Amino acid sequence: MGKDKVLFNTVLYGIYRILKHTASKYPEFKKRAAEHDCTIVLRTKDGSAGRSFTFRKGNITSKSGASAADVEIFWEDEKAALEIFTKPRDFLARINAMKNFKFGAIGPDWLNCWFCELLSLMQSPDVLLGHEYGIDVGDGVRRFTNLHNGGPVFVYVKDGKILRVTPIDYEESDAKPWTIEAHGKKFTPPRKGMINADTLNMKSQIYSRDRILHPMKRVDFDPNGARNPEKRGESGYVRISWDEALDIVANEIKRVKKEYGPGAIMHSMGSHHLWGSTGYWISALRRLMNSIGSTMVMNNPDSWEGWHWGAIHHWGYAARLGCPESYSTVEDLMKNAEMVVFWSSDPESTSGIYGGMEGTARRLWLKELGIKVVHIDPYLNHTAGLLGGKWLAPRPDTGNAMSLGIAYVWITEGLYDKKFVEEKTYGFDKWRDYILGKEDGIPKTPEWQERETDVPAKDLRALAREWGTKRTYLGVGGPGDMVGGACRSATGAEWARSMVCLMAMQGIGRPGVNMGNMQMGTPLDTKFFFPGYAEGGMSGDLQMTGMAVNMYQRMPQLPTVNSVLQGVPRLRIPEALEGKPVSGYMTSFITQTGQFFPIFYPSPGHSTVKLYYKYGGSFIGTMNNTNRFVNSYRQDKLEFVVNESIWMEGEAKFADIILPACTNFERWDIGEWANCGGYVQHSFIGLNHRVMVMQQKCIEPLGESKSDYDICYEIAKRLDLGAYFSEGSSQYDWCQRLFEGTDLPTVIKWKDFVKKGYYVVPAPNEAHRDPVGVRWYYEGTKKNSPEAPPFPSDYPGNWMEGMATQTGKIEFDCTSLKRLGEDPERPSITKFIPSWEGPHTTELFGKFPLQMITPHPRYSFHTHADAKDSFTNDIEEHRTLVDGYYYWIIRLSPEDASSRGLRNGELVKVFNDRGSVICALQVTKRIRSGVVHGYASSATYDPIGEPGHSTDRGGCLNLLTSSRDMIKKSHSTASNTCLVQVEKWDRTGVAL
Amino acid sequence: MKKFHMIINVERCEDCNACLLSCKDEHYDNTFPGYTVPQPRHGQKWINITRKERGAGSLMDVFYLPKPCQHCDDAPCVKKSDGAITKRSDGIVLIDPVKAKGKKQLVGTCPYGAIHWNEELKVAQKCTMCAHLLDGKWKQTRCVQACPTEALRMVYLEDDEWNALARQEKLQPLNPEFGTRPGALYRNLDRFTKAFIAGSVTAAKNGIEDCVEGARVVLSKDSKSVAELTTDNYGDFKFDSLPENSGEYRLTVESKEFGSSKLMVKLEDSVYLGKVIVS
Repeated sequence: MGKDKVLFNTVLYGIYRILKHTASKYPEFKKRAAEHDCTIVLRTKDGSAGRSFTFRKGNITSKSGASAADVEIFWEDEKAALEIFTKPRDFLARINAMKNFKFGAIGPDWLNCWFCELLSLMQSPDVLLGHEYGIDVGDGVRRFTNLHNGGPVFVYVKDGKILRVTPIDYEESDAKPWTIEAHGKKFTPPRKGMINADTLNMKSQIYSRDRILHPMKRVDFDPNGARNPEKRGESGYVRISWDEALDIVANEIKRVKKEYGPGAIMHSMGSHHLWGSTGYWISALRRLMNSIGSTMVMNNPDSWEGWHWGAIHHWGYAARLGCPESYSTVEDLMKNAEMVVFWSSDPESTSGIYGGMEGTARRLWLKELGIKVVHIDPYLNHTAGLLGGKWLAPRPDTGNAMSLGIAYVWITEGLYDKKFVEEKTYGFDKWRDYILGKEDGIPKTPEWQERETDVPAKDLRALAREWGTKRTYLGVGGPGDMVGGACRSATGAEWARSMVCLMAMQGIGRPGVNMGNMQMGTPLDTKFFFPGYAEGGMSGDLQMTGMAVNMYQRMPQLPTVNSVLQGVPRLRIPEALEGKPVSGYMTSFITQTGQFFPIFYPSPGHSTVKLYYKYGGSFIGTMNNTNRFVNSYRQDKLEFVVNESIWMEGEAKFADIILPACTNFERWDIGEWANCGGYVQHSFIGLNHRVMVMQQKCIEPLGESKSDYDICYEIAKRLDLGAYFSEGSSQYDWCQRLFEGTDLPTVIKWKDFVKKGYYVVPAPNEAHRDPVGVRWYYEGTKKNSPEAPPFPSDYPGNWMEGMATQTGKIEFDCTSLKRLGEDPERPSITKFIPSWEGPHTTELFGKFPLQMITPHPRYSFHTHADAKDSFTNDIEEHRTLVDGYYYWIIRLSPEDASSRGLRNGELVKVFNDRGSVICALQVTKRIRSGVVHGYASSATYDPIGEPGHSTDRGGCLNLLTSSRDMIKKSHSTASNTCLVQVEKWDRTGVAL
Repeated sequence: MKKFHMIINVERCEDCNACLLSCKDEHYDNTFPGYTVPQPRHGQKWINITRKERGAGSLMDVFYLPKPCQHCDDAPCVKKSDGAITKRSDGIVLIDPVKAKGKKQLVGTCPYGAIHWNEELKVAQKCTMCAHLLDGKWKQTRCVQACPTEALRMVYLEDDEWNALARQEKLQPLNPEFGTRPGALYRNLDRFTKAFIAGSVTAAKNGIEDCVEGARVVLSKDSKSVAELTTDNYGDFKFDSLPENSGEYRLTVESKEFGSSKLMVKLEDSVYLGKVIVS
């Protein structure tokens, strides 16, 4: 016998000894080993070497030789086997062996998976079986770590129950923070992670009465008989076993594929999952869905809208959906700016998306530095509340008029950077002539804009003059240079476009002149690699995730490919589920012209959707005109709906089968705070420290709930895809594989990371800080920001010179739009185009005279942290308790309330032709007259009559918003464009 | 003997509710024997935040007042509790969860409304200043730890040090008329309790209305000048920290370029006068 064969047999014997040892040391392991009586053989393909392992009631015996068995795991030869055994962490070798069919298994997939699960447990027994992780803090309490959308936390657990969830105070031994010196003062951020309400609410969400604790079946759904789809949303549920639930789901998957062909399955999920790179929907769920073949829901650029459909054409930045880079802008702002204009920008509410309250301490420095602030928002938002400064309150949806008025003052008074405009922009003259009225006879004067915006011409002039003479930062959206607010309205594209034009007039990139609001752009280390969730985790998806950027080299895994090429625009899901043809345009992060490509459904040769695999229940609160979503469940074209959800809320109760998922506090995961990857590369630079977290399993999953990973894995097993799905790794193993693909192993050992739970990346010294974003363009050098895009092919001239536009310049007159052909909805220069649902639509305005804005919520994150009987119910600005029910809040000015005879705190009906919602009224001077303010994203949909055809008292204001695209050639939501009326609720009517 | 004190900065509170949520996180479903029974899931706000909107329009402002138990030196609740409520030597006022059982009347003893009734467990309860944590290894209460703006701070000082700090930072008690000598004091309380008079000075030039920057605005009362300001580029002025309902004031506005204006203002709540036209 050759040396390798001897060694192979020795290794196999070693596995036997370790199996025995683990079973004797850990009763939990012995219990798992007793689940199946079977024989597993590990052998060379020719059977010349090998060993069998026999399991009988948990007893493990083994003998040498490659006899027949229930499952036979084989290697091409002993050399191929040793290649894997001797380098257990070399997943590339393992993947290569699998891909080249030198490593495989014969026998039932589920049994093979079971054996792999034992081997996985055996490899990390101290953690997975001995539960030796976290810090013992005395009194029987262990302190674990986890990570949420709003920041990292310590989780204190006693007797298997969470005692408390707290921010992390960094230890003395953790990396020191950065210091910025500005105007002779030194500024250093606090030494702790500042988390937000969404995160501090977590204990109440974990222990919520709305948790789904068992698999459930709708009482009047029979997969083999009457399905009663029209009863979805009304029927109750009956508890069933996991096996029954999973069998139904797997059988339905197989059935619709065979009956209808490709495209019959569709899956969708909310924009954000609970945090964690392996458990995210773009990881485990994507791997499953690619493996079974699923009609892809094409997301609209939901929070970016106007930037993607508008601003992108002026300067490229396609990878950021039209928004600029924010590197080092915090330091530049502090050192060089004299003023910050917050325009539809409320970082104190939306936390820079994932940034918790990290930017707050920095914004307070503005006062110390004497930097002036101005706020433009129909609502005196929370940033304005905290910072003070001048508040200008335009009518919603008129930002494009206000910006033209500002440009008018700059042009007529010479208050702009003429050299920059001359040398670094294209097409200014055409825009200038339009503003001066040479094109349409209407000069866009401050007085002209006042008629549209209601912002006094004198104030507009004062603002324009100050802005045109002071070095000014423009903050848009929560993060300061992207997403939310005015960009999500009928005029959103023109507004976002005009923001770029204003910045171009002021010479963006000049010291003190840039975009930001002290949220994004901290001096953190962008060179230390850790992936964001959008980089695809363990999805294996190189086409529709960011995996191709870094992770496919760094974290070898089997590729997955979705063979169903059909897509449905997300905002058209309801019509698609009803089998109707729909279309929309692509969201493209590759190039600005990518968005010119239409999508059609059904695609040629594809089935319409018959099976809907829905994750969570957020769309009724977050999409638009959402009675559509409700009604689309209640019809027979949609034959089967499964919802995998943590909480019974929103759409979950429209499913036929409900699969209970657990939170990320009940399973393993790994992630970095605020690192999403994808459209916001280096999104962690809104933080004060970079923090990677081992998301420790703090408690066992509640009830029978399971990790999303495990649910997908269980379904995969029923399609013989189990081993392909897991590659023999558990979710914990995938965390380790991901860890090994990052730069973390250069600074901390896996074992130590698992135990301590987090790592703080040192901030670079001053010499290594990133150059200020867009400065390179101002200075005329090659692009020197630490981001790869634009792609080389997207430059018109030399690589990394200029912007990714046809002229290589910032374009006032957009060449891409000219190439597309003139479109009055989106002309090549940005113009004032009145909102398609506002004061100019006089008939509708006469009926529904209030403009409703529904910004991203402050105390919840999409539908996370809302309802669920959460602590947030007690926040006075979040929901209001009236007669034992927590109602969503809308805000009206004292004038609008009194003219309707409405009082603070009473229940009102907000309505239009699309629906009606009962809310508690807050009368506040913070909202300008003529406007209703209520946040988007109620988690609760609670119709008081027939679902889809009655008043909702849960608070889903998106029942009222239009499903119209901002512009036809887009796929977009204009959620801040909505005409409504408000009246006292007499508590009788249930009809719309 | 050192005591714990809370310092609450009204200007720094933005109603993020990190304090309320961390308090609920700490106390919901947790029992800390000797300190408190669990807080109910909903309804009790051991730190209660109230909102005040002052003025209107472009110069309005909004402030928040977080109100926990004031841990008074001369606490009426202690006096009227028959030993169920005590003030510890470190300044923390604690309700004994055993002795307070069934004593609903304790709720009414606090003029600040800081004592709550737990209907389910039939016991009075309130903010413990996280004494169970401070008696262990913790240096801060949960609410102070979670506050992103340092609107909530806490100090552990000897009485003379505390008094010196209070003077230095101009700390004020909330509702001094209660006479309870609170252990918690406020900064910038004026933002909540006082009023302002504000306006925007404008003038017409060649038929175009514009903001008047640099105008001198004098506020006087009973013929005596109270304060003087210069308008900013929006023509704005704002006289703050005036007592509410303090009667008639005279405003004199003078712009070298555009002329002057005089007006009388009766101050009740904060008032934004809107346009003040000089000619």
